[in-house]
Amino acid sequence: MRVVIAEDSVLLRAGLIKLLETSGFEVVAAVGEADGLLAAVAEHRPDLAVVDVRMPPGYTDEGVRAALVIRRESPGVAVLLLSQYVEERYAADLLSEHTSGIGYLLKDRVADVSAFLDALRRVAAGGTALDPEVVAQLLLRRNADPLGRLTPRERDVLALMAEGRSNAGIAGALTVSESAVAKHINSIFTKLDLPHAEGDHRRVLAVLRFLDGDA
Amino acid sequence: MVSPPARSLRAHAPWTRAAWRDTAFALSGAPLHAACWAILVLPWTVWVPVDTLSVLGVLAATFLAVLALARPLTRAHRERAWAVLGADVPEPPPRPGGVLRGPLRALRTEDLWRELRYHLLVGPLLGAAAALLALAWAGGAGLAAYALYAWKLPNADPLDIGAHAGTLARFTVSLGSHTVRTAVLTAAGLALLAAAPWAAAAVRRLDLRAMRALLGPDRARELERRVEDLAGKRADVVDAADLERRRIERDLHDGAQQRLVSLAMNLGLARETLTGVPEPAMRVIVEAHEEAKAALTELRGLIRGLHPAVLEDRGLDAALSGVAARVPLPVRLRVDVPERVAATVEAVAYFVVSEALTNVVKHAGAASVEVEVVRDGPALRVRVADDGAGGADPARGTGLTGLARRVRSVDGTFRIVSPPGGPTALTVELPCAL
Repeated sequence: MRVVIAEDSVLLRAGLIKLLETSGFEVVAAVGEADGLLAAVAEHRPDLAVVDVRMPPGYTDEGVRAALVIRRESPGVAVLLLSQYVEERYAADLLSEHTSGIGYLLKDRVADVSAFLDALRRVAAGGTALDPEVVAQLLLRRNADPLGRLTPRERDVLALMAEGRSNAGIAGALTVSESAVAKHINSIFTKLDLPHAEGDHRRVLAVLRFLDGDA
Repeated sequence: MVSPPARSLRAHAPWTRAAWRDTAFALSGAPLHAACWAILVLPWTVWVPVDTLSVLGVLAATFLAVLALARPLTRAHRERAWAVLGADVPEPPPRPGGVLRGPLRALRTEDLWRELRYHLLVGPLLGAAAALLALAWAGGAGLAAYALYAWKLPNADPLDIGAHAGTLARFTVSLGSHTVRTAVLTAAGLALLAAAPWAAAAVRRLDLRAMRALLGPDRARELERRVEDLAGKRADVVDAADLERRRIERDLHDGAQQRLVSLAMNLGLARETLTGVPEPAMRVIVEAHEEAKAALTELRGLIRGLHPAVLEDRGLDAALSGVAARVPLPVRLRVDVPERVAATVEAVAYFVVSEALTNVVKHAGAASVEVEVVRDGPALRVRVADDGAGGADPARGTGLTGLARRVRSVDGTFRIVSPPGGPTALTVELPCAL
């Protein structure tokens, strides 16, 4: 799998390269700022871009803006954003157009190597990976809308869905059976009035509903 | 041992340096004190105009002369105090300049009017006192020496008791009355001499006090200026502390945090990829990895407590939703701050909410919390209310004391209502214009 890395800290960049190459990814380019990232993506057409949110020159949200450009111009390239802190607005921006092939994690999660690699693969495969903190913040803002009809357990399930977990992953995280998870998910679909459609699409819609609560 | 009254008497003896110094001070002031009124009055004694215009003209001229004289006179008084007493009467600070210069501009300053009060109202009284003092010294000296020249004087006893008495009787009475008179007048002279130093000291004290009050810097103004100055300095200190927190945050983020992430990543990598490592060695690696991750979590907590980057980049709403999301309780968060407020105020508001939430989680045993941050006119109002056990007391909890102190540092108000049994509501108001 071909990856482009954009991270301005030399130390972390080197660490990420080593981590990804050791884990079977092919790092085709590693850059330190947003323009370089866009150029590298255009040149190499990678499967995945791992992008730091804060990069030169402004050290604000260059990474998010670059990610939006990549998602618009190169839909085939999945993007995983790494950030010092999570900001739900960034998540909402990122997910407003596309809900697949997007990840948004706290930088610290890199330390949890296996979970981080799982998230990378999930995003590269077209899934999502939202940091639990993003999800917690999003839930905080959605206290009074239709999501309020969900039971606490259903909210937990929805949050894990938003993180990008599969039914098996959710079941593992909540230590319940997979069939219980499936039941919760069906209940969520019903409560959120989501139509029957093919495959994972309803999952995505549920997450979207969850993310766009106030949009 | 000398008792205080005796010491005081000795200090005010007519032959002391202090007595002469005070007298010199009073006398040196007299001509200066007389100057203004002399200018105002003298013209009328030499020439009295009859028509209104001339009267007004003379009035205006004398008034202008007094105005022109006020500043030099003030300087002379200041010099006099310094030269005679070594007492410093500070000059009022210069006023910010306008377009008008010289006497015309001075007309608009309160300082000049205070000076005129000294020269025209207090001055004449002090001048008169100085004249009386001179009289006391001269009269005292003259009378005290009466006995020395009394025999030269004709007997001027107005009653002339002896005139109609017999020679012997006349001699006796005359001698008696003369002796009594001499004694009385000499005693009066000595009394005057003894009293003069006290009077001189009193004049000196009054004059100096009047000079300091009317010729020196205006106390009220001075205090006002000082308060402004101190408020400015405090704001600088608070800002500097805030800047320092942000600097430390950035340093930690750019340095230690990156290194720790890298370290944890490497350990994680080792843990995932190393094969054939002896079991104890693997256990060490796993432990090191867990430790590194724990250190990372602690460091993040520390940075959040200092001044999180999200606050600087995205403002209160974003930063507080991050704080609220980490609280293991349902939090209702409402942030209604249309425009960013000063970074220092934002930092205090952030600190208040995060500390209050920490307290709620630790002590309140609450089921839910409500956080509200709204812009209310010139102030930012922060309210954190929980439905917990109550009984929070700023006198006991160090958390609350630190909170109150931080709020006070920006002139905010801090109020906590927490009856035993709850609920607890913490309200903080922070002025946005520092």
